[in-house]
Amino acid sequence: MKLSTKHLLGIKDLNRDDIQLILSTAAQFKEVLQRPVKKVPSLRDVTIVNLFYENSTRTRMSFELAERRLSADTLNFAASSSSAAKGETLLDTVNNILSMKVDLVVMRHSASGAPHFLAQHIPAAIVNAGDGINEHPTQALLDAFSMQEKFGKLEGLKVTIVGDIMHSRVAMSNMYLLQKMGAEITIAGPPTLIPKYIQEAFNVRVEYNLQKALAWCDVANVLRIQLERQNQPLFSSLREYNLAYGISRSMLESINKEIVIMHPGPINRGVELDSDVADGPHSIILDQVENGVAVRMAVLYLLANRDQ
Amino acid sequence: MKTILSEAQLALTVKRLAHQILENNLQLADTVLIGLQPRGIYLSDRIVHELMQLLPPSQIEYGKLDITFYRDDVRKSLHIANETDIPFSIENKKVVLIDDVLYTGRTIRAALDALLAFGRPSKVSLCVLIDRRFSRELPIQPDYAGKAIDTIITQKVKVCWKERDQVDEVVLL
Repeated sequence: MKLSTKHLLGIKDLNRDDIQLILSTAAQFKEVLQRPVKKVPSLRDVTIVNLFYENSTRTRMSFELAERRLSADTLNFAASSSSAAKGETLLDTVNNILSMKVDLVVMRHSASGAPHFLAQHIPAAIVNAGDGINEHPTQALLDAFSMQEKFGKLEGLKVTIVGDIMHSRVAMSNMYLLQKMGAEITIAGPPTLIPKYIQEAFNVRVEYNLQKALAWCDVANVLRIQLERQNQPLFSSLREYNLAYGISRSMLESINKEIVIMHPGPINRGVELDSDVADGPHSIILDQVENGVAVRMAVLYLLANRDQ
Repeated sequence: MKTILSEAQLALTVKRLAHQILENNLQLADTVLIGLQPRGIYLSDRIVHELMQLLPPSQIEYGKLDITFYRDDVRKSLHIANETDIPFSIENKKVVLIDDVLYTGRTIRAALDALLAFGRPSKVSLCVLIDRRFSRELPIQPDYAGKAIDTIITQKVKVCWKERDQVDEVVLL
């Protein structure tokens, strides 16, 4: 058994077996991470470059840790401190790095489709660590892993994705993944932040009333308001957004049901999530971060181990 | 196809291995048993079952180890990992590793590596059902062997367990 794709560009390209293989391999790596020595020698002959054309804390550290736990050699590249600032093209930069015998590329880019472009031009395997407003596949995989860990299965699970759906690659990857695994999805948020044809495109429910959307679900995956990607005002103020679509303790108490709260980070406290919800007993936000390392180890392990 | 161990012989051999382990590790004091995934588990389950007839279950510490991530051929072909479950410390313990067939020795090499990620055992010994002599690629020998056989590289030893293959036997193909 192996993955059906050479790269991990998006959840869109994976099938159910691929997703299951990644999640079950991640479970084994999670056990590895509980050992006194949290490192395995699997990828000691592999070199991986982390190409980050866009800022990141969690994802970059999580990938880097995953690579080191697999004994891979790592190279780090941040666009702001590199020759990209001097005008070198993406392809030139990558080809120069690959000529130093690099086997795998982990890339984040603000342009949607950047890793897909790269995949057509270079021989190395590529892992998409987030491209523009398209996909963030490892985030969706770690979200799914965390949900599966909490509920035992994804099939039939009711998931509400709340917030800035329009600009969210996390939402996109999550919708592809949950749909493939048989979960039910409701999208909630202000109409200006929900793409018009999403209902037809993804066969999801759309609910503009947050309280109703929360009362329906088992899990709420709350997204960050991506102010940096909004080039026109889509709601009048953060305070207004918080009042209508921010999740507060009192709202959770009012639905008379326990639901699990997830967030891909970084949290805008007091905007999409109030602090007492983010840090509350039903939040599994920090478990998501922990699981992220295991899931990324699984992805790198499975992609590096292609039968030659 | 040649039968190496019949059902009755297999049962007797498992019993003997359990007794030998107990002889060398009285009351299993400071001793832990670790079966190797995936196929060594069938043997280790049986040995533990035998030991339970001889000792109170609370005295038996039994875990399962998967060595996939430590293999030396991990990049040649993709190997899918199995569950590892070692719910106790192996620090300063005497570890008995259990696997079904000892052939090149590479699995055991990887297992020793994997084991050290859990701590520093005072001693590690090896128990196998079948020892394929003269085919070792590494200097590794068993401490407990159910049966030693001489084979050539084109031959294959197949260990069948009722739990999986509906029959208990060991055959040479």
